[in-house]
Amino acid sequence: MKENQNHAELAENFIKDGERTTWHDETLWFVRQKRDKAAFQLPEWENLREAASQIKHNVLSNMHDYLLAFEEKAKQNGIKVHWAMDALEHNQIVLSILKESRVEAMIKSKSMLTEECHLNEYLLENGVEVIDTDLGERIVQLRDEKPSHIVLPAIHLKKEDVGETFHQHLGTEKGNKDPQYLTEAARQHLREKFVTRKAALTGVNFAIAETGEFVVCTNEGNADMGAHLADVHIACMGFEKIIPQRKHLSVFLRLLARSATGQPITTYSSHFKKPRDGQQMHIVIVDNGRSQQLGREDFRNSLKCIRCGACMNTCPVYRRSGGHSYHSAVAGPIGSILAPNLDMRKNADLPFASTLCGSCSNVCPVKIDIHDQLYKWRQVLVQEGHVPFAKKVAMQAMSFTLSHPGVFGMAGKVGRKVMGMAPFVVSNGLNPWYKQREMPEPPKESFREWYSKNRNGQ
Amino acid sequence: MDSRANILQAIAKNQPTATPLPDVSDIAVVDYDSVEKFTATLVGIGGQVIEISDIQGIVEYVNAYHAGNQRIISTLPQLSSIAETTWQHDDPHSLENVELCILEAQFGVAENGALWLTEAQMGQRVAPFITQNLAVVVKKSTLVPTMHHAYDRIAQAEYPFGLFLAGPSKTADIEQSLVLGAHGSRSMTVFLLS
Repeated sequence: MKENQNHAELAENFIKDGERTTWHDETLWFVRQKRDKAAFQLPEWENLREAASQIKHNVLSNMHDYLLAFEEKAKQNGIKVHWAMDALEHNQIVLSILKESRVEAMIKSKSMLTEECHLNEYLLENGVEVIDTDLGERIVQLRDEKPSHIVLPAIHLKKEDVGETFHQHLGTEKGNKDPQYLTEAARQHLREKFVTRKAALTGVNFAIAETGEFVVCTNEGNADMGAHLADVHIACMGFEKIIPQRKHLSVFLRLLARSATGQPITTYSSHFKKPRDGQQMHIVIVDNGRSQQLGREDFRNSLKCIRCGACMNTCPVYRRSGGHSYHSAVAGPIGSILAPNLDMRKNADLPFASTLCGSCSNVCPVKIDIHDQLYKWRQVLVQEGHVPFAKKVAMQAMSFTLSHPGVFGMAGKVGRKVMGMAPFVVSNGLNPWYKQREMPEPPKESFREWYSKNRNGQ
Repeated sequence: MDSRANILQAIAKNQPTATPLPDVSDIAVVDYDSVEKFTATLVGIGGQVIEISDIQGIVEYVNAYHAGNQRIISTLPQLSSIAETTWQHDDPHSLENVELCILEAQFGVAENGALWLTEAQMGQRVAPFITQNLAVVVKKSTLVPTMHHAYDRIAQAEYPFGLFLAGPSKTADIEQSLVLGAHGSRSMTVFLLS
C-alpha cells in the first residue's frame, strides 16, 4: 500500500477484482444475518442494548473514579498496574517489562490496541520477536499485512491465499487449501510457540472496577494457552474498557458474541483476577487520545464501543471496499469516527467513506450514534480545513442549488437534456459517478413538473 | 507530573455529568426449559451432551470410547481408576500430552451452553485449554436460564481465575469455514448428571 492514499483510492484497488469484491460483500452480509438470527431469538434484545448503552454512559461519566477503584483492587489482587499517555509510552512499558524478565520472544493474542500503537514493529526494532496467535492474525502477520477486520482479521483473503502463505512459511502441501488442514497446521505450529514462550500479551474486553478483574473473550483459546503457560502475562487496555460491576458482564457477554458472529457466547470468557502462583501479571492502561475524545461532546459516545464489528459487517461501504481501505487499525464505521480524533489531517477522508444509511447505528449493541457522528465529523473537518478544495467547492455549489428552488429546477432541466442528447458528457471516466456503474436513462420530466401538470398546481 | 496523574486529570476535566446506572436485575425473558435449551444450544455450538445418573457413567463412557494408552487427567477423585488425579501442582507445560481432561463445573447456563468453572475446579488454569479433548460433568439441577442468573449466582465469590466455557475451541478465520479445535480442546463433552 502506498503512503497517503485515501479511502476512495485504496478502495479502487480493492474492487479491481469484481468476483472477489462480491464474495467479500456476501460473506460479511452472511455474518450480519447470523447476528440478526441470534438477536431475534431474544425478546429482550432491545432492552439489553439500552441497558448496555446506559451502563457505558455511566462509565464515561464516572471514568475517573472507576479507574481509581479498578487500580486499587487490581493492585490488591497482585497485579502490577501501568499507565501510558500515548502509543510510544505503551510500547516502552511493554518493552521494559520484557527486558526486566529477560524475554526476547513473546506471544500475543488479539489486541486492537497494540495494532493502534504499532507495538509489533516497535518490539521488533528493539530485538523482541512477536508471534500473533489468533489464526487470522497469524495469517496476516506471515503475509506482512494488517488485520482488515477487528473480529475477522483475514476476511479479505481466500483460502487459496492462506494455502499459499502456509505453504511458504509453514511447509504445508503446495495447493492444499482445505481450511481443516490449514487450521491443523497452524495449531501444530503455534502449540510449539505456546509451550516455549515465557511472556504472553493479551487484550482486555472488560475490566471491572468493583473487583479489579479483567475478562478476555476468544473462540480459539489462544489468549488462555498463552497466558496460563507464560511466566509473564501483560494485558493492555484502552481505559474505556472499564465497567462498574461484575454483574454488568451479564449484559455485555449476552450482546458481544451475538453481535459479532451470531454465537450465543464466545467459547471462552476468561476472568483473570490474580496471577497464578509464581507468575507476574501486568495491566497497561492506555489513553492515547481517549481523554481528548471524552471531552468532545459530539464524539465521546464512540468510547462506548465493545469492538464487536457488527457495524462493519452491515456497512455497504465497508463490505465493498475492504478493511485495508480505511488505513487505520480499526476499520469501518466505528473506525471512521475514532480515527479523526487521533489525526484529523491523516484521517479526514474516513467520515466521508459512508452513505450515512444508518445501518451501523441500528446494529450497534451499545447504541452508538455512529452515522450521526460521521455526519458531524464532516462538519468539523470542513471547518478545520481538512477537506480537499474541489470537494468543498462542489458541496458549496450543491448547497446553493438545493436552497434555491429556481436554480434547482433549471439545473435539473439542463441535466436531463444533456444526458438525453449527449450522454457521453456524463458517461465518461472524468465523472466519478460513472465508475463501476452505468448512468441511468434521464426521465422525461421531473417529479415537480409531473406534479404541477397532473394536480393543476394544487 | 507522571502519566497516571496526567491521564486522570484529563479524564476528570473532560468526563460528562454523571448519569445513573440502569437496573439490570429484570431484563431476562425466560420462555424455555433449561435442560432442553442447554442441550440444544451446546450441540448447536459443537459440543455433545451425555446424560448420566452417577459418576460411574463417566467411567463406562471413557472405557468405551478412549484407548487405554492415552493420558487422561481429572480433578474428580472418584475417577482415579481411569485418570491421573494428582497433577495439580506439576509444571503446567507437563500437561502438553494430555488426551482427555475431565473436570466438574459449578453450574451451567441454558441460553448459551456455557459452564462456569473457577481455578479450584480446573486443577490448573491451562488444563481445560491444553488438553486435546475436554469433558465436564455438571449437575442438571444447577442449570440456570441466562447470564443474569449466572452472575447472580456467582455474586461476590472470590476466585483467582474464573471461566465461562462454551463448547470446543473453534475458528472460522479461513473463509468463514468453521473448524473445531483451533488451539484449545478439539471436542467438548458435557456429562449431565441427574
